[in-house]
Amino acid sequence: MKFSFQLSKIQLKKAMNKNKILIIIQREYLTRIQKKSFLIMSILGPFLFAAMIILPVWFTTIEDKEIKIIAVADSSHSFIGKIPETPTLKFSYLESANIKEIKTNFQNKGYWGILYISHVIAVAPNAVELISYSQPNLSMKLHIENALNKELEHQKLMSHNIPKIDEILRSVKTNISIHTIKLEEGGKSKESFTELAMVVGYVGGFLIYLFIFLFGTQVMRGVIEEKTNRIVEVIVSSVKPFELMLGKIFGIAGVGLTQFLIWIVLTLGIVGFAQLSLAPQLSKSPTEKVLAQDIMKVQKSAPQVQSPIMDDKAAKMEDIFKAIKTINFGVIIGMFIFYFLGGYLLYASLFAAIGSAADNDTDTQQFMLPVTIPLILAIYVMISTINNPESQLSFWFSIIPFTSPVVMMVRIPFGVPYWEVFLSAALLVATFIGTTWMAGKIYRTGILMYGKKITYGELWKWINYKS
Amino acid sequence: MEIINAKNVCKSFGTHTALKKVSLNVPEGSIYGLLGPNGAGKTTLIRIINQILAPDSGEIFFKGKKLSFDDISRIGYLPEERGLYKKMKVGDQAIYLARLKGLSRHDALLKIKYWFEKFEMLEWWNKKVEELSKGMQQKVQFITTILHEPELLIFDEPFSGFDPINANTLKNEILELKSKGSTIIFSTHNMGSVEELCDYITLINKSQCILEGQVDEIRSRYKSGTFEVQYDGNSEDLKNALNASFELQQIKPNHKSQVATIKMAGNSGNNELLNLLIPKLHIIAYREVLPGMNEVFISVVENSIKKSNEQE
Repeated sequence: MKFSFQLSKIQLKKAMNKNKILIIIQREYLTRIQKKSFLIMSILGPFLFAAMIILPVWFTTIEDKEIKIIAVADSSHSFIGKIPETPTLKFSYLESANIKEIKTNFQNKGYWGILYISHVIAVAPNAVELISYSQPNLSMKLHIENALNKELEHQKLMSHNIPKIDEILRSVKTNISIHTIKLEEGGKSKESFTELAMVVGYVGGFLIYLFIFLFGTQVMRGVIEEKTNRIVEVIVSSVKPFELMLGKIFGIAGVGLTQFLIWIVLTLGIVGFAQLSLAPQLSKSPTEKVLAQDIMKVQKSAPQVQSPIMDDKAAKMEDIFKAIKTINFGVIIGMFIFYFLGGYLLYASLFAAIGSAADNDTDTQQFMLPVTIPLILAIYVMISTINNPESQLSFWFSIIPFTSPVVMMVRIPFGVPYWEVFLSAALLVATFIGTTWMAGKIYRTGILMYGKKITYGELWKWINYKS
Repeated sequence: MEIINAKNVCKSFGTHTALKKVSLNVPEGSIYGLLGPNGAGKTTLIRIINQILAPDSGEIFFKGKKLSFDDISRIGYLPEERGLYKKMKVGDQAIYLARLKGLSRHDALLKIKYWFEKFEMLEWWNKKVEELSKGMQQKVQFITTILHEPELLIFDEPFSGFDPINANTLKNEILELKSKGSTIIFSTHNMGSVEELCDYITLINKSQCILEGQVDEIRSRYKSGTFEVQYDGNSEDLKNALNASFELQQIKPNHKSQVATIKMAGNSGNNELLNLLIPKLHIIAYREVLPGMNEVFISVVENSIKKSNEQE
C-alpha cells in the first residue's frame, strides 16, 4: 500500500516536469508561428525553391532567342554546308574572295563571328579559329567542334575507298542509353534511375543543412534573448535550466517541421503551376526530371488536368513514372525527418550552449566557427557523394554524426546497406544525447553569467562544475 | 518554526569562494533582510535557496524538510536583474509564468484577473511588454512573483530601480503579504527599508555571515549610550547641570524648544541624568538614540575588514 502510494507520487512528479516542458514547448512554438517573419518565410521559401528549379530553365530560354550567324571562311573547302544549323546558330559560307575583306567588317555585315578553317586541317587539328567580339559559349564551341570532327572523320573514312561505306556506317550507328538495374537482397531486381536519385539526394541533403542552420541559430538567438531580457532567472526558478533548454529546442523543432510541411505543399503547387505555363521549354531541359516528378505528383492528385506535353512525351513520362516508382518516398521522408531531427538536436544543443555563453549576437562569433565547420564540410562531401555515393569518403562522412545527417541523406536514394544506416543512426542518437548533456551543463552556468569574456577554458570549467 | 534553515552552505566558482559556511534561520511569518556589500554572496545564497544553483556542501531545509524541487511552487522569486519577454503580450506572459509555477491555466487566469484589477492593470492585458513603461513592467513582474501565493517570497534588491511611489506601493504590499502569513526574504542596500520592514537580518560580508539576529536586538546591541532630550529652557542651565559622566554632543533648536544629544559615560543611568535635568529644565521628550542600521552595517563591516587584516 505504502509502496504503491510512493510510486504514484514519483510518477506524478515526473508528469509535472514533463508538463512544464510541454508548457515551454507550446510557448516557443506559438510565439514563432505567430510571427510575421514566419509567415513571410513560409510564403517566400517555396518561391525561392521553385526559382532554384525554374530559373535555370528560364535562363536557357532567354539565351536561345538571339540568332547568331557565323561567317565560315573555309580554305580547305571541305566543310561547305556541312555544319548543322540550330534554331539559334546559323552559318554562312564565304567565297574565298571575300575572306580578307570580311575580317575587318564582319560585324557590320551582321555576322556574330568568323570561323577560319585552314587548308591544313586534315593534318593539324588546331588549325581552326573562331573570331568574335564576345566570348562564345561552351555549347556553341562544342557544337562546332563536334560537327568538324564528324565531318573530317567521315571524309577520312571515305578516302579509304571502302565499298558501300555509307551503308556500313548507317548500319553500325547506335544510340546507347544504359538502363541501370539495382539488385536487392533476395535476388529481386529493380530498375534504378541515377539522375533521379541524385536530385532527390541533393535536395534532401541540402534541406537538412539549411534547416539545421536556420533553426539551430533560432535556438541560439532565443537563448540570447532570454538572457538579455533577464527573464531567464525568473524562469529557472520555476523549471530546471535543462528543461528550459529542451523545451526551447523541441518547440523550435516543431516550428521547423511545420515550415517544412508548408514549403513542400506550396513548392509543389508553384512548380506545378509553372510547368503549365513553361511546358514546351521544360521538355528540353536537363531539369526536366525534377519538374516531371513534381508534375506527376500533381497529376496523381488531379488526374483530370491534362498537360500538353503529356501526349508527345508520353513515352518519356512513362520512363520517369517508372523512375519515381523505384524511389521509396515513404522511406525518404521518414529518413529525412529522422536525420533532420537528429542533426538538428545535435547542433541545436550546441547552439544553445553558445547562446548561453554570450551576452549578444557578436559575442557568438568565436564559438560559431567550430560548430559551422563540420556543417560546411558536410556540404562539400555532399557534392562529391552525389557523384560517388559508395566511396570511402562518403561512407565515413555518413557515419560520423556531425556530418551524417547531410551526407547520409544524399546516399539514401541510391540505396544504403541497412547496417550502415543503423550504425549511423545509432551514433547520431548517442552523440546528440552527449552534446545535449554537455550543452546543458554549459547552459546552466552560462545563462546567469553576464559581462564576462568567455574562453574555451571557461566553458570546460563549466562542464566540470558539480551539479 | 523556521521556514528556511541553511546549514554551513559553501559555494565556490572555480577559485572564487562565493559562500563560506553560511548558516541562517528564517522564522516563519517574518520579514528577513539579507544585507551586505556588493559581491558579498547575497545573490548566490538566494539562488541556492531557489535551487538555481546547488551548494558545494551544506544543506538547506524548507520547513524542517530537506529542500527539494517540489518546493519550487511554494517559493516566489523576484531576481535583482529581472525582465520579461518584450514581444509577448502582458496577459499571456503572466499566464505562462504562473503555469510554470504549477498553476492550471484556469487558476492562473482567475488569480491574474484579481491582481490586475487590484493594480488597475486590466487594460494592459493585450499590450506587448515593450509598450509598457518601466514602472508598469515592474508591477507586472511583482504580480507574477506573488501570484501563486507562495509561502516564501524572495526579493533580490526589490527597491533598486523603483521610483518612490512604486517603492512605497511595494513596501505596503510586502507588509500586506506578511500579514497574510507569507515569509519574505529580501536583500537590500537600502537601510531605511531594513529598519522599517525587517524583523530579522543577516549581514554577509566576503562570503561569510558576520551578524545575524533580530533587528531591534542588534540595534540595542550596538547602542552607544546616547540620549536625546527635548526641553524648554535655557541651554546654559543644561550645560551647568551636567556633571563629568555626561558629555553634551550637540544642541539643536526645534520649534520653540531645543534638542540636546547627550552621551553617557560608564554605567550612569537614565534616572541620574533626569535627576540632574528636571530641576533646571522643562523636559518635553526623552529617548534613547539607537544606532541606525546604516551605522551598524558600516561599523560591523569595517570591524570585520580590520580583523581579517590583523589575521593576515
